[in-house]
Amino acid sequence: MINETKKRMIDVQNIQFIYPHANEEENVIALEGVDFHIDKGEFVGIIGHNGSGKSTLSKLLNAIIFPTKGDVLVNGMNTKDREHLWDIRQTAGMVFQNPDNQLVATIVEEDVAFGPENLGVPPLEIRERVDRALATVEMQAYAHQKPHQLSGGQKQRIAIAGILAMEPECIIFDEPTAMLDPSGRREVMATIKKLNRDKNMTVIHITHYMSEIIDADRIIVLDKGKIVMEGTPEKIFKNVLALKEIGLDVPQMTELAFELRKEGIDIRDNILSIEEMVAALCQ
Amino acid sequence: MLKDVTIGQYYPTGSIIHKLDPRTKILFTTAFVVILFFINNLWGYLAVFGLLAIIILMSKIPVGYILRGIKGLVLIILLTVILNLFMTPGTIIASIGPFNITMEGAKIATFMALRLIFLVIGTSVMTLTTSPIDLTDGMEWSMRFIPFVRRFAHELAMMMSIALRFIPTLMEETDRIMKAQKARGANFETGNIISRAKNLIPILVPLFISAFRRADELATAMEARCYRGGENRTRMKQLVFAGRDVAAFVVMFVMVVGLLATTMINIPLLFPV
Repeated sequence: MINETKKRMIDVQNIQFIYPHANEEENVIALEGVDFHIDKGEFVGIIGHNGSGKSTLSKLLNAIIFPTKGDVLVNGMNTKDREHLWDIRQTAGMVFQNPDNQLVATIVEEDVAFGPENLGVPPLEIRERVDRALATVEMQAYAHQKPHQLSGGQKQRIAIAGILAMEPECIIFDEPTAMLDPSGRREVMATIKKLNRDKNMTVIHITHYMSEIIDADRIIVLDKGKIVMEGTPEKIFKNVLALKEIGLDVPQMTELAFELRKEGIDIRDNILSIEEMVAALCQ
Repeated sequence: MLKDVTIGQYYPTGSIIHKLDPRTKILFTTAFVVILFFINNLWGYLAVFGLLAIIILMSKIPVGYILRGIKGLVLIILLTVILNLFMTPGTIIASIGPFNITMEGAKIATFMALRLIFLVIGTSVMTLTTSPIDLTDGMEWSMRFIPFVRRFAHELAMMMSIALRFIPTLMEETDRIMKAQKARGANFETGNIISRAKNLIPILVPLFISAFRRADELATAMEARCYRGGENRTRMKQLVFAGRDVAAFVVMFVMVVGLLATTMINIPLLFPV
Protein backbone atom coordinates (compact mmCIF):
# COMPACT_ATOMS: atom_id res chain seq x y z
CA MET A 1 0.00 0.00 0.00
CA ILE A 2 2.74 2.44 1.00
CA ASN A 3 4.64 1.52 -2.13
CA GLU A 4 1.61 2.16 -4.24
CA THR A 5 0.98 5.65 -2.89
CA LYS A 6 4.67 6.47 -3.29
CA LYS A 7 4.66 5.99 -7.00
CA ARG A 8 1.38 7.90 -7.47
CA MET A 9 1.99 11.28 -9.06
CA ILE A 10 -1.59 12.43 -9.29
CA ASP A 11 -4.64 10.95 -7.62
CA VAL A 12 -8.02 12.31 -8.64
CA GLN A 13 -10.65 11.01 -6.23
CA ASN A 14 -14.21 11.07 -7.49
CA ILE A 15 -14.33 14.80 -8.14
CA GLN A 16 -17.06 17.13 -9.23
CA PHE A 17 -16.55 20.66 -10.47
CA ILE A 18 -19.29 23.21 -10.97
CA TYR A 19 -18.86 26.61 -12.60
CA PRO A 20 -21.08 28.74 -10.41
CA HIS A 21 -23.61 31.01 -12.06
CA ALA A 22 -25.47 33.95 -10.52
CA ASN A 23 -28.65 31.98 -11.03
CA GLU A 24 -28.07 28.66 -9.30
CA GLU A 25 -30.22 26.70 -11.72
CA GLU A 26 -27.87 27.67 -14.51
CA ASN A 27 -24.76 26.31 -12.76
CA VAL A 28 -22.63 24.43 -15.23
CA ILE A 29 -21.41 21.01 -14.14
CA ALA A 30 -18.02 20.77 -15.86
CA LEU A 31 -16.88 17.50 -14.29
CA GLU A 32 -18.81 14.78 -12.48
CA GLY A 33 -17.56 11.60 -10.81
CA VAL A 34 -14.12 11.82 -12.39
CA ASP A 35 -11.78 9.33 -10.76
CA PHE A 36 -8.36 8.26 -11.97
CA HIS A 37 -4.72 8.27 -10.99
CA ILE A 38 -1.45 8.81 -12.79
CA ASP A 39 1.78 7.08 -11.81
CA LYS A 40 5.22 8.63 -11.82
CA GLY A 41 6.91 8.48 -15.21
CA GLU A 42 3.70 7.82 -17.10
CA PHE A 43 2.70 9.54 -20.35
CA VAL A 44 -1.06 9.98 -20.24
CA GLY A 45 -3.13 11.51 -22.99
CA ILE A 46 -6.44 13.16 -22.20
CA ILE A 47 -8.79 13.67 -25.13
CA GLY A 48 -12.27 15.04 -25.42
CA HIS A 49 -14.41 17.28 -27.55
CA ASN A 50 -14.78 21.01 -26.85
CA GLY A 51 -16.65 21.44 -23.59
CA SER A 52 -15.82 17.94 -22.38
CA GLY A 53 -14.16 19.43 -19.29
CA LYS A 54 -10.56 18.67 -20.21
CA SER A 55 -9.26 22.21 -19.64
CA THR A 56 -11.12 22.42 -16.35
CA LEU A 57 -9.50 19.15 -15.33
CA SER A 58 -6.03 20.48 -16.15
CA LYS A 59 -6.56 23.54 -13.95
CA LEU A 60 -7.72 21.31 -11.10
CA LEU A 61 -4.48 19.32 -11.25
CA ASN A 62 -2.41 22.49 -10.79
CA ALA A 63 -4.42 23.95 -7.88
CA ILE A 64 -5.59 26.90 -9.97
CA ILE A 65 -9.17 25.88 -9.24
CA PHE A 66 -10.47 23.46 -6.61
CA PRO A 67 -12.99 20.62 -6.90
CA THR A 68 -16.47 21.29 -5.50
CA LYS A 69 -16.60 17.64 -4.37
CA GLY A 70 -13.86 15.04 -3.98
CA ASP A 71 -10.12 15.59 -3.75
CA VAL A 72 -7.13 15.99 -6.03
CA LEU A 73 -3.82 14.76 -4.62
CA VAL A 74 -0.55 15.78 -6.25
CA ASN A 75 2.35 13.75 -4.92
CA GLY A 76 0.23 13.04 -1.86
CA MET A 77 -0.59 16.71 -1.24
CA ASN A 78 -4.24 17.76 -1.35
CA THR A 79 -4.79 20.76 -3.63
CA LYS A 80 -7.32 22.13 -1.16
CA ASP A 81 -4.57 22.44 1.43
CA ARG A 82 -3.46 26.09 1.15
CA GLU A 83 -0.21 25.21 2.91
CA HIS A 84 0.92 23.07 -0.04
CA LEU A 85 -0.32 25.41 -2.79
CA TRP A 86 3.12 26.52 -3.99
CA ASP A 87 4.63 23.04 -3.57
CA ILE A 88 1.87 21.63 -5.76
CA ARG A 89 2.32 24.24 -8.45
CA GLN A 90 6.06 23.63 -8.39
CA THR A 91 5.61 19.83 -8.54
CA ALA A 92 3.04 19.88 -11.31
CA GLY A 93 4.03 22.48 -13.87
CA MET A 94 1.62 23.59 -16.53
CA VAL A 95 2.01 24.65 -20.17
CA PHE A 96 -0.94 26.44 -21.74
CA GLN A 97 -2.39 26.69 -25.21
CA ASN A 98 -1.50 30.21 -26.29
CA PRO A 99 2.29 30.64 -26.39
CA ASP A 100 1.99 34.44 -26.36
CA ASN A 101 -0.08 34.66 -23.22
CA GLN A 102 2.26 32.74 -20.93
CA LEU A 103 5.58 34.47 -21.58
CA VAL A 104 6.15 37.22 -19.06
CA ALA A 105 9.55 38.73 -19.73
CA THR A 106 10.96 40.70 -22.66
CA ILE A 107 14.01 38.42 -23.03
CA VAL A 108 13.88 34.65 -23.46
CA GLU A 109 16.27 33.71 -20.65
CA GLU A 110 14.60 36.13 -18.24
CA ASP A 111 11.31 34.46 -18.95
CA VAL A 112 12.75 31.03 -18.21
CA ALA A 113 14.10 32.50 -14.96
CA PHE A 114 10.65 33.76 -13.91
CA GLY A 115 9.54 30.53 -12.20
CA PRO A 116 12.69 29.90 -10.12
CA GLU A 117 12.78 33.62 -9.24
CA ASN A 118 9.28 33.25 -7.81
CA LEU A 119 10.44 30.24 -5.81
CA GLY A 120 13.24 32.28 -4.28
CA VAL A 121 16.06 30.19 -5.73
CA PRO A 122 19.53 31.79 -5.28
CA PRO A 123 20.71 33.77 -8.38
CA LEU A 124 23.61 31.48 -9.31
CA GLU A 125 21.44 28.41 -9.20
CA ILE A 126 18.78 30.14 -11.32
CA ARG A 127 21.48 30.77 -13.93
CA GLU A 128 22.36 27.04 -13.99
CA ARG A 129 18.72 25.96 -14.15
CA VAL A 130 17.96 28.38 -16.99
CA ASP A 131 20.93 27.16 -19.04
CA ARG A 132 19.98 23.53 -18.41
CA ALA A 133 16.31 24.09 -19.27
CA LEU A 134 17.16 25.95 -22.49
CA ALA A 135 19.54 23.14 -23.45
CA THR A 136 16.83 20.52 -22.88
CA VAL A 137 14.43 22.27 -25.26
CA GLU A 138 17.33 23.08 -27.63
CA MET A 139 16.84 26.84 -27.49
CA GLN A 140 20.20 27.99 -26.05
CA ALA A 141 20.94 29.95 -29.22
CA TYR A 142 17.88 32.12 -28.58
CA ALA A 143 18.61 32.95 -24.93
CA HIS A 144 18.97 36.68 -25.59
CA GLN A 145 16.22 37.07 -28.17
CA LYS A 146 12.87 38.74 -27.66
CA PRO A 147 9.95 36.29 -27.43
CA HIS A 148 7.89 38.04 -30.10
CA GLN A 149 10.64 37.39 -32.66
CA LEU A 150 10.25 33.62 -32.27
CA SER A 151 7.92 31.22 -34.07
CA GLY A 152 4.96 29.67 -32.26
CA GLY A 153 6.75 26.35 -31.77
CA GLN A 154 9.82 28.10 -30.40
CA LYS A 155 7.72 30.19 -28.03
CA GLN A 156 6.03 27.06 -26.76
CA ARG A 157 9.42 25.42 -26.17
CA ILE A 158 10.45 28.49 -24.18
CA ALA A 159 7.29 28.10 -22.13
CA ILE A 160 8.28 24.46 -21.50
CA ALA A 161 11.78 25.57 -20.49
CA GLY A 162 10.19 28.05 -18.08
CA ILE A 163 8.39 25.16 -16.38
CA LEU A 164 11.47 22.87 -16.45
CA ALA A 165 13.51 25.54 -14.65
CA MET A 166 11.15 25.09 -11.69
CA GLU A 167 12.23 21.44 -11.61
CA PRO A 168 8.79 19.84 -11.50
CA GLU A 169 8.12 16.10 -11.37
CA CYS A 170 5.17 16.29 -13.68
CA ILE A 171 4.09 18.61 -16.49
CA ILE A 172 0.50 19.13 -17.59
CA PHE A 173 0.19 20.22 -21.21
CA ASP A 174 -3.13 21.90 -21.93
CA GLU A 175 -3.46 21.72 -25.73
CA PRO A 176 0.04 23.11 -26.28
CA THR A 177 -0.07 22.47 -30.03
CA ALA A 178 -3.56 23.77 -30.77
CA MET A 179 -2.34 27.15 -32.05
CA LEU A 180 0.77 25.94 -33.88
CA ASP A 181 1.50 25.13 -37.50
CA PRO A 182 2.49 21.53 -38.39
CA SER A 183 6.23 22.13 -38.00
CA GLY A 184 5.70 23.86 -34.65
CA ARG A 185 3.57 20.92 -33.53
CA ARG A 186 6.31 18.49 -34.46
CA GLU A 187 8.93 20.50 -32.53
CA VAL A 188 6.80 20.68 -29.41
CA MET A 189 5.75 17.01 -29.53
CA ALA A 190 9.37 15.92 -29.98
CA THR A 191 10.28 17.98 -26.90
CA ILE A 192 7.42 16.54 -24.82
CA LYS A 193 8.26 12.95 -25.76
CA LYS A 194 11.93 13.56 -25.03
CA LEU A 195 11.07 14.83 -21.55
CA ASN A 196 9.05 11.72 -20.80
CA ARG A 197 11.56 9.29 -22.25
CA ASP A 198 14.92 10.79 -21.26
CA LYS A 199 14.11 12.77 -18.12
CA ASN A 200 11.47 10.36 -16.83
CA MET A 201 9.06 13.26 -16.50
CA THR A 202 5.43 12.43 -15.83
CA VAL A 203 3.48 13.92 -18.72
CA ILE A 204 -0.22 14.63 -18.97
CA HIS A 205 -0.99 15.68 -22.50
CA ILE A 206 -4.38 17.18 -23.23
CA THR A 207 -5.06 17.44 -26.94
CA HIS A 208 -7.50 16.86 -29.72
CA TYR A 209 -4.87 15.66 -32.17
CA MET A 210 -5.09 11.89 -31.89
CA SER A 211 -1.79 11.35 -33.69
CA GLU A 212 0.05 13.02 -30.78
CA ILE A 213 -0.90 10.35 -28.28
CA ILE A 214 -0.61 7.11 -30.23
CA ASP A 215 2.46 6.19 -28.21
CA ALA A 216 1.09 7.31 -24.85
CA ASP A 217 1.06 4.78 -22.00
CA ARG A 218 -2.61 5.42 -21.39
CA ILE A 219 -5.43 7.50 -22.77
CA ILE A 220 -8.37 8.94 -20.87
CA VAL A 221 -11.39 9.97 -22.93
CA LEU A 222 -13.68 12.63 -21.51
CA ASP A 223 -17.15 13.46 -22.68
CA LYS A 224 -19.59 15.89 -21.08
CA GLY A 225 -17.57 15.99 -17.85
CA LYS A 226 -17.29 12.22 -17.42
CA ILE A 227 -14.62 9.63 -18.18
CA VAL A 228 -16.09 7.45 -20.94
CA MET A 229 -13.04 5.35 -21.82
CA GLU A 230 -9.67 4.64 -20.33
CA GLY A 231 -6.87 2.38 -21.51
CA THR A 232 -3.96 1.87 -23.88
CA PRO A 233 -4.05 3.65 -27.26
CA GLU A 234 -4.64 0.30 -29.04
CA LYS A 235 -7.62 -0.42 -26.85
CA ILE A 236 -9.11 3.08 -27.14
CA PHE A 237 -8.73 3.66 -30.85
CA LYS A 238 -10.30 0.31 -31.70
CA ASN A 239 -13.64 1.89 -30.81
CA VAL A 240 -13.78 3.96 -33.97
CA LEU A 241 -17.56 4.37 -33.98
CA ALA A 242 -17.86 5.16 -30.28
CA LEU A 243 -15.18 7.85 -30.58
CA LYS A 244 -16.81 9.38 -33.65
CA GLU A 245 -20.09 9.51 -31.78
CA ILE A 246 -18.61 11.86 -29.15
CA GLY A 247 -17.09 14.05 -31.84
CA LEU A 248 -13.56 12.65 -31.78
CA ASP A 249 -11.40 11.36 -34.56
CA VAL A 250 -9.12 8.35 -34.56
CA PRO A 251 -5.56 8.37 -35.95
CA GLN A 252 -5.52 8.26 -39.76
CA MET A 253 -4.08 4.73 -39.96
CA THR A 254 -6.60 3.35 -37.49
CA GLU A 255 -9.35 4.85 -39.58
CA LEU A 256 -7.86 3.37 -42.75
CA ALA A 257 -7.74 -0.06 -41.09
CA PHE A 258 -11.34 0.41 -39.99
CA GLU A 259 -12.45 1.25 -43.55
CA LEU A 260 -10.47 -1.67 -44.99
CA ARG A 261 -12.12 -4.07 -42.55
CA LYS A 262 -15.52 -2.72 -43.57
CA GLU A 263 -14.61 -3.63 -47.15
CA GLY A 264 -13.89 -7.15 -46.00
CA ILE A 265 -10.11 -7.01 -45.93
CA ASP A 266 -8.72 -8.95 -43.00
CA ILE A 267 -6.44 -6.56 -41.13
CA ARG A 268 -5.77 -5.87 -37.43
CA ASP A 269 -8.06 -3.24 -35.86
CA ASN A 270 -5.40 -1.80 -33.52
CA ILE A 271 -3.05 -0.24 -36.05
CA LEU A 272 -1.86 3.20 -35.00
CA SER A 273 1.14 4.25 -37.06
CA ILE A 274 2.12 4.22 -40.73
CA GLU A 275 4.90 1.71 -39.98
CA GLU A 276 2.43 -0.75 -38.44
CA MET A 277 0.13 -0.31 -41.42
CA VAL A 278 2.94 -0.98 -43.88
CA ALA A 279 3.95 -4.08 -41.93
CA ALA A 280 0.35 -5.33 -41.79
CA LEU A 281 -0.29 -4.76 -45.48
CA CYS A 282 2.95 -6.33 -46.67
CA GLN A 283 2.42 -9.56 -44.79
CA MET B 1 5.05 63.97 -34.98
CA LEU B 2 4.99 60.82 -32.86
CA LYS B 3 7.91 59.48 -34.84
CA ASP B 4 10.00 62.47 -33.73
CA VAL B 5 9.72 61.74 -30.02
CA THR B 6 13.02 60.16 -29.05
CA ILE B 7 12.27 60.15 -25.31
CA GLY B 8 11.83 56.61 -24.10
CA GLN B 9 13.53 54.98 -27.07
CA TYR B 10 16.66 52.90 -26.81
CA TYR B 11 19.62 53.55 -29.11
CA PRO B 12 22.27 50.87 -28.51
CA THR B 13 25.86 51.78 -29.37
CA GLY B 14 27.70 49.82 -26.68
CA SER B 15 29.41 52.94 -25.31
CA ILE B 16 30.64 53.30 -21.75
CA ILE B 17 27.53 55.36 -20.95
CA HIS B 18 25.39 52.43 -22.12
CA LYS B 19 27.34 50.06 -19.90
CA LEU B 20 26.79 52.09 -16.74
CA ASP B 21 24.51 50.55 -14.14
CA PRO B 22 20.94 51.77 -14.70
CA ARG B 23 20.79 52.87 -11.06
CA THR B 24 23.79 55.14 -11.62
CA LYS B 25 22.13 56.71 -14.63
CA ILE B 26 18.84 57.21 -12.79
CA LEU B 27 20.55 58.87 -9.83
CA PHE B 28 22.75 60.97 -12.11
CA THR B 29 19.76 62.15 -14.15
CA THR B 30 17.74 62.92 -11.02
CA ALA B 31 20.59 65.01 -9.62
CA PHE B 32 20.96 66.72 -12.98
CA VAL B 33 17.27 67.62 -13.22
CA VAL B 34 17.14 68.95 -9.66
CA ILE B 35 20.27 71.01 -10.01
CA LEU B 36 19.02 72.45 -13.31
CA PHE B 37 16.42 74.41 -11.36
CA PHE B 38 18.98 75.98 -9.06
CA ILE B 39 21.01 77.55 -11.82
CA ASN B 40 20.39 81.29 -11.97
CA ASN B 41 22.82 82.67 -14.52
CA LEU B 42 24.15 81.95 -17.97
CA TRP B 43 27.54 80.73 -16.66
CA GLY B 44 25.73 77.80 -15.13
CA TYR B 45 23.90 76.99 -18.34
CA LEU B 46 27.17 77.23 -20.23
CA ALA B 47 28.60 74.61 -17.85
CA VAL B 48 25.54 72.37 -18.31
CA PHE B 49 25.93 72.70 -22.05
CA GLY B 50 29.58 71.61 -21.81
CA LEU B 51 28.73 68.68 -19.55
CA LEU B 52 25.90 67.44 -21.80
CA ALA B 53 28.13 67.81 -24.88
CA ILE B 54 30.80 65.60 -23.31
CA ILE B 55 28.26 62.96 -22.18
CA ILE B 56 26.61 62.87 -25.61
CA LEU B 57 30.00 62.52 -27.32
CA MET B 58 30.84 59.66 -24.96
CA SER B 59 27.50 57.94 -25.65
CA LYS B 60 28.25 57.87 -29.42
CA ILE B 61 24.62 58.71 -30.17
CA PRO B 62 24.28 61.03 -33.19
CA VAL B 63 23.62 64.58 -31.97
CA GLY B 64 20.94 65.02 -34.64
CA TYR B 65 19.05 62.04 -33.25
CA ILE B 66 18.95 63.58 -29.78
CA LEU B 67 18.00 67.02 -31.08
CA ARG B 68 15.09 65.49 -32.95
CA GLY B 69 13.64 64.76 -29.50
CA ILE B 70 13.27 68.50 -28.94
CA LYS B 71 11.37 68.99 -32.19
CA GLY B 72 8.22 67.56 -30.67
CA LEU B 73 8.49 70.07 -27.84
CA VAL B 74 9.10 73.19 -29.93
CA LEU B 75 5.52 74.34 -29.40
CA ILE B 76 5.69 74.08 -25.61
CA ILE B 77 9.05 75.86 -25.53
CA LEU B 78 7.81 78.65 -27.79
CA LEU B 79 4.70 79.13 -25.71
CA THR B 80 6.75 79.38 -22.52
CA VAL B 81 9.13 81.86 -24.12
CA ILE B 82 6.37 84.10 -25.50
CA LEU B 83 4.34 84.12 -22.28
CA ASN B 84 7.35 84.93 -20.13
CA LEU B 85 8.67 87.49 -22.57
CA PHE B 86 5.54 89.61 -22.59
CA MET B 87 3.91 88.93 -19.25
CA THR B 88 6.78 89.71 -16.87
CA PRO B 89 6.67 93.23 -15.37
CA GLY B 90 9.93 95.24 -15.14
CA THR B 91 12.22 97.51 -17.16
CA ILE B 92 10.88 97.87 -20.66
CA ILE B 93 13.47 97.32 -23.37
CA ALA B 94 11.24 97.04 -26.45
CA SER B 95 7.58 97.26 -27.43
CA ILE B 96 5.60 95.57 -30.15
CA GLY B 97 2.27 97.36 -30.43
CA PRO B 98 0.54 97.15 -27.04
CA PHE B 99 2.97 94.46 -25.80
CA ASN B 100 6.09 95.28 -23.85
CA ILE B 101 9.20 93.19 -23.58
CA THR B 102 10.99 93.65 -20.27
CA MET B 103 14.56 92.91 -19.32
CA GLU B 104 13.32 90.55 -16.57
CA GLY B 105 10.99 88.87 -19.06
CA ALA B 106 13.80 88.29 -21.55
CA LYS B 107 15.89 86.74 -18.80
CA ILE B 108 13.19 84.41 -17.48
CA ALA B 109 12.19 83.43 -21.03
CA THR B 110 15.78 82.52 -21.93
CA PHE B 111 16.30 80.57 -18.72
CA MET B 112 13.03 78.68 -19.04
CA ALA B 113 13.78 77.73 -22.63
CA LEU B 114 17.29 76.56 -21.73
CA ARG B 115 15.98 74.63 -18.73
CA LEU B 116 13.36 72.83 -20.80
CA ILE B 117 15.80 72.00 -23.58
CA PHE B 118 18.47 70.69 -21.21
CA LEU B 119 15.85 68.79 -19.23
CA VAL B 120 14.62 66.98 -22.32
CA ILE B 121 18.12 66.31 -23.65
CA GLY B 122 19.37 65.13 -20.25
CA THR B 123 16.53 62.68 -19.68
CA SER B 124 16.52 61.43 -23.25
CA VAL B 125 20.24 60.65 -22.98
CA MET B 126 19.31 58.37 -20.08
CA THR B 127 16.55 56.53 -21.92
CA LEU B 128 18.53 56.36 -25.18
CA THR B 129 21.45 54.70 -23.43
CA THR B 130 19.49 52.32 -21.16
CA SER B 131 17.55 49.28 -22.39
CA PRO B 132 13.93 49.21 -21.19
CA ILE B 133 14.61 46.12 -19.07
CA ASP B 134 17.58 47.71 -17.33
CA LEU B 135 15.55 50.86 -16.85
CA THR B 136 12.75 48.89 -15.21
CA ASP B 137 15.19 47.11 -12.90
CA GLY B 138 16.84 50.42 -12.05
CA MET B 139 13.50 52.06 -11.34
CA GLU B 140 12.40 49.17 -9.15
CA TRP B 141 15.51 49.78 -7.09
CA SER B 142 15.17 53.57 -6.95
CA MET B 143 11.49 53.43 -6.06
CA ARG B 144 12.47 51.73 -2.81
CA PHE B 145 13.69 55.10 -1.61
CA ILE B 146 10.44 56.95 -2.22
CA PRO B 147 8.02 56.69 0.71
CA PHE B 148 4.48 55.45 -0.21
CA VAL B 149 5.71 54.21 -3.59
CA ARG B 150 8.12 51.80 -1.89
CA ARG B 151 5.41 49.23 -1.16
CA PHE B 152 4.45 48.99 -4.83
CA ALA B 153 7.97 49.16 -6.27
CA HIS B 154 7.97 45.51 -7.38
CA GLU B 155 4.41 45.58 -8.71
CA LEU B 156 5.00 48.77 -10.68
CA ALA B 157 8.19 47.38 -12.20
CA MET B 158 6.42 44.11 -13.05
CA MET B 159 3.60 46.04 -14.75
CA MET B 160 6.10 48.06 -16.72
CA SER B 161 7.98 45.02 -17.93
CA ILE B 162 4.78 43.20 -18.88
CA ALA B 163 3.67 46.29 -20.79
CA LEU B 164 6.99 46.29 -22.62
CA ARG B 165 6.62 42.59 -23.35
CA PHE B 166 3.13 43.02 -24.82
CA ILE B 167 3.64 46.17 -26.89
CA PRO B 168 4.87 44.25 -29.97
CA THR B 169 2.20 41.56 -29.49
CA LEU B 170 -0.61 44.12 -29.33
CA MET B 171 0.84 46.08 -32.26
CA GLU B 172 0.73 42.94 -34.39
CA GLU B 173 -2.80 42.33 -33.22
CA THR B 174 -3.88 45.89 -34.09
CA ASP B 175 -2.40 45.44 -37.52
CA ARG B 176 -4.28 42.18 -37.98
CA ILE B 177 -7.59 43.66 -36.85
CA MET B 178 -7.11 46.69 -39.11
CA LYS B 179 -6.52 44.45 -42.10
CA ALA B 180 -9.55 42.35 -41.22
CA GLN B 181 -11.74 45.46 -40.95
CA LYS B 182 -10.32 46.89 -44.15
CA ALA B 183 -11.17 43.64 -45.90
CA ARG B 184 -14.75 44.24 -44.83
CA GLY B 185 -14.71 47.73 -46.28
CA ALA B 186 -13.69 49.86 -43.29
CA ASN B 187 -12.05 53.14 -44.24
CA PHE B 188 -9.32 54.59 -42.02
CA GLU B 189 -7.69 57.02 -44.44
CA THR B 190 -10.27 59.57 -45.51
CA GLY B 191 -12.89 61.74 -43.86
CA ASN B 192 -12.65 64.42 -41.18
CA ILE B 193 -11.22 63.88 -37.72
CA ILE B 194 -14.57 62.92 -36.18
CA SER B 195 -15.45 60.29 -38.76
CA ARG B 196 -11.91 58.91 -38.62
CA ALA B 197 -12.10 58.65 -34.85
CA LYS B 198 -15.44 56.87 -35.23
CA ASN B 199 -13.85 54.45 -37.66
CA LEU B 200 -11.35 53.47 -34.99
CA ILE B 201 -14.06 51.94 -32.81
CA PRO B 202 -14.21 48.67 -34.76
CA ILE B 203 -10.47 48.36 -34.10
CA LEU B 204 -10.48 49.35 -30.45
CA VAL B 205 -13.33 47.10 -29.33
CA PRO B 206 -11.81 43.78 -30.50
CA LEU B 207 -8.37 44.97 -29.39
CA PHE B 208 -9.59 45.64 -25.86
CA ILE B 209 -11.50 42.37 -25.64
CA SER B 210 -8.45 40.42 -26.72
CA ALA B 211 -6.17 42.40 -24.38
CA PHE B 212 -8.41 41.52 -21.42
CA ARG B 213 -8.44 37.87 -22.44
CA ARG B 214 -4.66 37.92 -22.73
CA ALA B 215 -4.35 39.56 -19.32
CA ASP B 216 -6.56 36.87 -17.80
CA GLU B 217 -4.60 34.02 -19.36
CA LEU B 218 -1.29 35.62 -18.45
CA ALA B 219 -2.39 35.99 -14.83
CA THR B 220 -3.31 32.29 -14.70
CA ALA B 221 0.01 31.33 -16.29
CA MET B 222 1.91 33.51 -13.81
CA GLU B 223 0.09 31.93 -10.89
CA ALA B 224 0.80 28.48 -12.27
CA ARG B 225 4.47 29.48 -12.24
CA CYS B 226 4.23 30.30 -8.52
CA TYR B 227 4.13 34.09 -8.87
CA ARG B 228 3.04 35.64 -5.60
CA GLY B 229 4.30 39.22 -5.68
CA GLY B 230 7.70 40.57 -4.77
CA GLU B 231 8.07 38.93 -1.36
CA ASN B 232 10.88 36.38 -1.09
CA ARG B 233 11.46 36.68 -4.79
CA THR B 234 15.04 36.43 -6.06
CA ARG B 235 16.45 37.68 -9.34
CA MET B 236 18.71 35.85 -11.74
CA LYS B 237 20.47 39.03 -12.83
CA GLN B 238 21.71 41.10 -9.96
CA LEU B 239 22.62 44.72 -10.60
CA VAL B 240 26.26 45.25 -9.74
CA PHE B 241 28.05 48.59 -9.46
CA ALA B 242 31.35 48.56 -11.38
CA GLY B 243 34.40 50.83 -11.37
CA ARG B 244 32.85 53.01 -14.07
CA ASP B 245 29.86 53.60 -11.82
CA VAL B 246 32.13 54.89 -9.09
CA ALA B 247 33.69 57.23 -11.66
CA ALA B 248 30.22 58.38 -12.68
CA PHE B 249 29.37 59.15 -9.06
CA VAL B 250 32.54 61.27 -8.78
CA VAL B 251 31.49 63.16 -11.90
CA MET B 252 28.02 63.57 -10.41
CA PHE B 253 29.48 65.01 -7.22
CA VAL B 254 31.67 67.43 -9.20
CA MET B 255 28.64 68.40 -11.30
CA VAL B 256 26.47 69.18 -8.29
CA VAL B 257 29.18 71.18 -6.50
CA GLY B 258 30.34 72.86 -9.70
CA LEU B 259 26.90 73.90 -10.83
CA LEU B 260 25.97 75.15 -7.37
CA ALA B 261 29.22 77.16 -7.41
CA THR B 262 28.19 78.88 -10.65
CA THR B 263 25.24 80.41 -8.83
CA MET B 264 27.77 82.41 -6.79
CA ILE B 265 29.38 83.98 -9.86
CA ASN B 266 28.61 87.68 -9.80
CA ILE B 267 29.94 88.67 -13.20
CA PRO B 268 26.89 89.35 -15.38
CA LEU B 269 26.67 87.55 -18.72
CA LEU B 270 24.16 89.05 -21.17
CA PHE B 271 21.69 89.90 -18.38
CA PRO B 272 22.49 92.18 -15.42
CA VAL B 273 21.88 90.17 -12.24
